[in-house]
Amino acid sequence: MVQSSATETGAHAGGVGGRPKLQVQGVHINFGGVKALQGVSLDLLDREILAIIGPNGAGKTTLINSVSGVYHPSPGRIVLDGENITYHSPARIAALGVARTFQNVALFKGMTVLENLLVGRHLHMRSGALASGLYWQLAQREEIRHRAVVERLIDFLEITHIRNALAGTLPYGLQKRVELGRALAMEPRVLLLDEPMAGMNMEEKEDMARFILDVNDEWGFPTILIEHDMGVVMDISNRVVVLDHGEKIAEGSPGHVRGDPLVISAYLGEEAAA
Amino acid sequence: MIYRECGIYRTSYAKDMALFPIPLDRWATYAIAAAAFLAVPLLASDYWIGGLIVPFLCFALAALGLNFLTGYAGQLSLGHAAFMGVGAYAALILYARYSAPLLLSLLGAGLVAAGVGVLFGTPSLRIKGFYLAVSTLAAQFIIEWVITHVKWIGGGVYATIDTPPLRIMNWWLIDTPVEKYYLTLAVVVALTVFGRNLVRSRVGRAWMAIRDRDVAAEIMGISLFRYKLLAFAVSSFYAGVAGGLISFTYYAAANVEEFNLFLSFRLLGMIIIGGMGSILGSYLGAGFIVLLPIFISQFLGGVGKVVGRLVTTDLLANVELMVFGGLIIFFLIVEPLGLARLWRTLKDYLRLWPFPY
Ligand SMILES: Nc1ncnc2c1ncn2[C@@H]1O[C@H](COP(=O)(O)OP(=O)(O)OP(=O)(O)O)[C@@H](O)[C@H]1O
Ligand SMILES: [Mg+2]
Repeated sequence: MVQSSATETGAHAGGVGGRPKLQVQGVHINFGGVKALQGVSLDLLDREILAIIGPNGAGKTTLINSVSGVYHPSPGRIVLDGENITYHSPARIAALGVARTFQNVALFKGMTVLENLLVGRHLHMRSGALASGLYWQLAQREEIRHRAVVERLIDFLEITHIRNALAGTLPYGLQKRVELGRALAMEPRVLLLDEPMAGMNMEEKEDMARFILDVNDEWGFPTILIEHDMGVVMDISNRVVVLDHGEKIAEGSPGHVRGDPLVISAYLGEEAAA
Repeated sequence: MIYRECGIYRTSYAKDMALFPIPLDRWATYAIAAAAFLAVPLLASDYWIGGLIVPFLCFALAALGLNFLTGYAGQLSLGHAAFMGVGAYAALILYARYSAPLLLSLLGAGLVAAGVGVLFGTPSLRIKGFYLAVSTLAAQFIIEWVITHVKWIGGGVYATIDTPPLRIMNWWLIDTPVEKYYLTLAVVVALTVFGRNLVRSRVGRAWMAIRDRDVAAEIMGISLFRYKLLAFAVSSFYAGVAGGLISFTYYAAANVEEFNLFLSFRLLGMIIIGGMGSILGSYLGAGFIVLLPIFISQFLGGVGKVVGRLVTTDLLANVELMVFGGLIIFFLIVEPLGLARLWRTLKDYLRLWPFPY
């Protein structure tokens, strides 16, 4: 495992860098008259946590949606590990190793926490209907193996006590944590987190920030983290990209971005409007 | 108190994932199986076995199939009886016309129905909810129409194929109600075990994920295309086998009139009352719906005696419909997860007793 090394930007995992894992190139997305993204480009490097911030309606979620194949940019390109995935379907992009969470939790409510995480293993498993139904040696061994993987994650995220609870019955903060677990269960090449701390109280936010950092230490999945709360972003991200009205208005280390006059005015503008 | 989870610790995932993690559940299931295989033939009369228990098992099998599609995968179907019909004709064409072996004919019935099910399932890739329900309703009518109008299938307007004597490999003539019961039970138990494994594993989880949040399911890499069609295929397979089986053991013919829209509604009623997304619920619901007319006629008969009036069959049929409708509304509103859920609540209460924390 890679060793941790603190740097001045607050980076925690070593080995950030190299060839970009994910490249977003000149992405445009329109909804009717609304220009949600207007030529946004960014690179996500290996092992890094890249925060995307920006006021409401800036286009942050749309950016993640276009990476995971919900919307297809035109013009624009999305490149994963050198492969052009711009027009792939969401399922295909998932199969290539992109995992995500949703701004409004999208768990499988009628399934238990354990089952939700096991769905995250779907792509790593093979059993079809016949093998599953007969539950012979192969299917059984596969099930047990992946169950073990998921149980480790459940320990890691400290949700052992609720593993057999239906996801829909959990309090909001825990649902967010389970959703993170479900994405981690995919063992992704790229992790996209859409406001994992939204709507949480301070203590829950701190827990979630700790989990995200621990995940980065342990597995180093390159991560895009959307977050409103500047404070949290400063603490846990290696780099920050700021969006406003569908455009990238700043990029750099957290300290650098915080002092940027454009950023300040975008955020002040929001406060003034609110 | 005997039914308890307290004090039972599972030492491996394999044990936790066994079919029945709690010993008492396992023993209860063995007891039910023993009762089904030994006690029922000894204790129940031929009328009960041939007239109630055999059709009950067949309907439970069909309801189980519908539950895969509707309760697990979340795709509503109003044409499930038609797939039983497809199975009924496929089984009899194979068995009576082409002299295929009996069990192979049933397998064939399932496979043909699965094929037809996939065909009528394709709209689900495009449409959801209400519109899908209407398109499955179309399946019901189209299939009925094809069966009655294509001479090769049913032989003409009445479209009936009689069931010849049932034999397995020339050594077992399945003749008495008890023998038919054993045939039915064997098929139904085998397919129930298969189904239970299915819903607890990768395929079942993919179905439930689609049911609960299709967008999220897709983003986990689940192909909606593949798993929706698979749900239609498996569900219709079960319906087809059930249709073949009931034509062999109960109706003594494949007759399109038995597999009408009202049966589709009754099957839906079975899983609503029994429990969506529950294997046990499929059985409870089927049992409930099969026994309902008997309860009602007993009850009304009693009332009739008291008030000194004769209860006509007309009245019985109407009361049955009203009670059926009322129950469905009741369960939809009060307990959407059906009898199976009520049973579970009771079990949850008992299992930690006397320490309910
Ligand atoms: N499916 C859609 N149809 C139409 N307009 C959309 C759609 N999705 C997003 N938009 C619009 O695109 C713009 C960007 O939305 P987006 O959700 O990406 O913002 P965001 O930065 O995630 O905001 P928030 O902080 O509120 O989550 C908004 O004006 C929004 O109304
Ligand atoms: Mg958003």
